[in-house]
Amino acid sequence: MIKRSKKYSVFSLVKNAMSYHENWQPAWRNPEIKKEYDAIIVGGGGHGLTTAFYLAKNHGIKNIAVVEKGWIGGGNTGRNTTIIRSNYLWDQSAAIYDHALKLWEGMSQELNYNVMFSQRGVMNVAHNLHDVRELKRRWHANRLNGIDCEWLNTEEVKKFCPVINTSPNIRYPVLGATLQRRAGTARHDAVAWGYARAADEMGVDIIQNCEVTGINMSNGNVTGIETSKGIINSKKIGIVAAGHSSVIAKMAGIKLPLESRPLQALVSEPVKPVIDTVVMSNTIHAYVSQSDKGELVIGAGTDGYNSYSQRGGFNIVEDTIMAIVELFPLFSRMKMLRHWGGIVDICPDASPIISKTHVNGLYFNCGWGTGGFKATPGSGWVFAHTIANDQPHALNAPFSINRFSSGELVDEHGAAAVAH
Amino acid sequence: MLLINCPYCGEREQEEFTCGGEAHIERPKNPPDLSDDQWADYLFLRQNTKGLQYERWNHSFGCRQWFNVARNTATDEILAIYKIGEKPPPLESNEPLTPSGEPHIGSGNFSTSKK
Repeated sequence: MIKRSKKYSVFSLVKNAMSYHENWQPAWRNPEIKKEYDAIIVGGGGHGLTTAFYLAKNHGIKNIAVVEKGWIGGGNTGRNTTIIRSNYLWDQSAAIYDHALKLWEGMSQELNYNVMFSQRGVMNVAHNLHDVRELKRRWHANRLNGIDCEWLNTEEVKKFCPVINTSPNIRYPVLGATLQRRAGTARHDAVAWGYARAADEMGVDIIQNCEVTGINMSNGNVTGIETSKGIINSKKIGIVAAGHSSVIAKMAGIKLPLESRPLQALVSEPVKPVIDTVVMSNTIHAYVSQSDKGELVIGAGTDGYNSYSQRGGFNIVEDTIMAIVELFPLFSRMKMLRHWGGIVDICPDASPIISKTHVNGLYFNCGWGTGGFKATPGSGWVFAHTIANDQPHALNAPFSINRFSSGELVDEHGAAAVAH
Repeated sequence: MLLINCPYCGEREQEEFTCGGEAHIERPKNPPDLSDDQWADYLFLRQNTKGLQYERWNHSFGCRQWFNVARNTATDEILAIYKIGEKPPPLESNEPLTPSGEPHIGSGNFSTSKK
């Protein structure tokens, strides 16, 4: 039996320094799989782990298994560009993303784990008249929803982010920007590790390298899952499988309105601090921030076809870099160190699905597409509520799977900040 | 990046093409009789297959013709290209290596593959 992790503090740091940091304990157990759980979460990414954490913390359900095909922090949670913001257009999205943002603000304390949440601001840049109108509309919508947002003109943009090229002579000049100062970034894999450790402490079994191969049902009720490590029974199963949601749904005979596509990102060589905010542009499709290590973190767009290959086309990277170099000419000689792709599940209305299904006890949390990271704690919070009470929380009621039949879509294509 | 063999122009880079999504989805013949769920199925629900997928592509920066492609979405391997209106050729995608039928390429999970 592995000794459980202790509270992290400056004292534990000093104490472990005395023994050359050779005695840190694993942050979570490697548990024996039980035959039956009160709830099973399929997918050990950020959203799955927060779901388990809030099931235990808010709803007192502690006999939970999180089943992960790979390892914790090895999926999209560890692959994204770490941007956190809540400046969405529609009321439904603004409510759920801002709930998440509020949870981000207390996360490191709540988890006793430094997720390096940095509210450095997110700037959405406008390059033409349409952008200006659209972003001002979003700014006012945010204002009415109580979300902090302000409008910056070109001079103010230059002042806020001095390295940006505000010359009127570039192809897509900077005409202004919205700025959400509470928005920012966080250390993405620390989020997965922090939640895994906190959930484990409350008794959640985190089962890694365990692939789900089937969903067992009888008389319209879910009874358990078949995995590469045997059958595990439970009457409540939450699927949080991101890009592979359709694959799992097929095991239960459910068809989802999702398309799984590669989304690429890249990271440059580390340099001294040069950009202390996040700059996003919808029109020329680029977003960039600088990590604490000094690397530029650059996000590209999705490839235009379905794929599970975790790699995308070079033309997408080329387009993104062209945009970045126009907006930041001083980055033109930087070398890119790493480049990768993750598989994102995109909904027709660019909003997530956090929903019950027609199978009793089977729940889906998917369709976060290109922007799920920012919602991590909020998504888990409402999904835990949905699983525990067998009915949606007020915040995720609009994100039911039934909206595709009823027509009540939450169209966030524009407000997703970058066009996909 | 894919190299796509347009049935009208020959092999070109993927940049010249646009993917039109899942192929062989037929527009309902009796639109007024459809229930909301049936409309949802036609408009929004997709197979989103991991493995052999039949899809439509358009040579948008070339001849602008539509055609069908059979592709393994787990590996991006193009298995067949055939014209609109033709039946998909009988095909089998790669031998699955993991329990759920993934090939090892791109699965991000080597520990459960049978090798």
